[in-house]
Amino acid sequence: MGAIQNKVAGPVSEELTLVQAAKRGDDSAFEELVRRYDRNVFRIAQHITQNREDAEDVVQEAFLKAYGNLAQFQEQSKFYTWLVRIAVNEALMKLRRRKPERTVSLDEDIKTEDDSLPREIADWSPNPEQQYTQAELREILSKTIQGLPPGFRTVFVLRDVEGLSTEETAAALELSVPAVKSRLLRARLQLRERLGRYFQRREIGKSGDPDKNVDGVEVKTDDVTSGDGNQ
Amino acid sequence: MKCAEFLHELTNYLDGVLDEKTKVELENHLSWCHNCYVVCDTTKKTIEIYRDSQLYELPDDLRGRLRAAIMTKCQQHKKRGPQSV
Repeated sequence: MGAIQNKVAGPVSEELTLVQAAKRGDDSAFEELVRRYDRNVFRIAQHITQNREDAEDVVQEAFLKAYGNLAQFQEQSKFYTWLVRIAVNEALMKLRRRKPERTVSLDEDIKTEDDSLPREIADWSPNPEQQYTQAELREILSKTIQGLPPGFRTVFVLRDVEGLSTEETAAALELSVPAVKSRLLRARLQLRERLGRYFQRREIGKSGDPDKNVDGVEVKTDDVTSGDGNQ
Repeated sequence: MKCAEFLHELTNYLDGVLDEKTKVELENHLSWCHNCYVVCDTTKKTIEIYRDSQLYELPDDLRGRLRAAIMTKCQQHKKRGPQSV
């Protein structure tokens, strides 16, 4: 498997030039930084909050905070990593406000089952995502990741969707590298297991439901993760 | 290598950061252990599906509105001074 590509555009040296110009009061340079990273921040925010309006707020608040605190940015790390840290904190605050009854923290004690093998090991169909329309697939992926604890899905989105390195993810979340690796493994395995419900290889005519289509697949978007809670 | 050890190294393997010796041991394990092969393959697919999904893309019109709102607020912040964020 090739290295996961970082989704961020443009070299770091350009980023530093823009940051330094923005620090001197050049707002067009700051606007360029917004253009460069707004899509990333929105994606991260919506993965964490699972709410479109909250994600829009997070984008605005994160950039405004970055703007207001630009003088404090030390330039020892990448601006993007610093921005992600601000955005993740804003997104987690939104979650806490929305779900005050739940503890929302990156440090929450998540039961570890590192050494246990996954229960569900059935193989998937070849190109399983092609069994579904784009809209169905997005619904499945969205519902599936919602079922993960926020601390897991945050690590997953930074590492595997945005392509930050393990070290960058650790820095952005103020976690140790082993903690990031451990959460990433569990996030990946949990997502794999949950997606397996939709992507498993099915034998036609075996334990089939006559009301379902030939693959035995039936997608009702509102019960994709019934029982997972955390909606 | 046992299945539990494979699982312990899975993330490092998928991220391409395993040392050569462990990588050979892991791939040897995958060559005969079907369950671990399936777990490895489907975990890799899980990552690829999410990465390529374009889930939560920012639509262009919303993007423009958000950027305008951000820059307006930045200007207001500048006028009010540095204590306002």
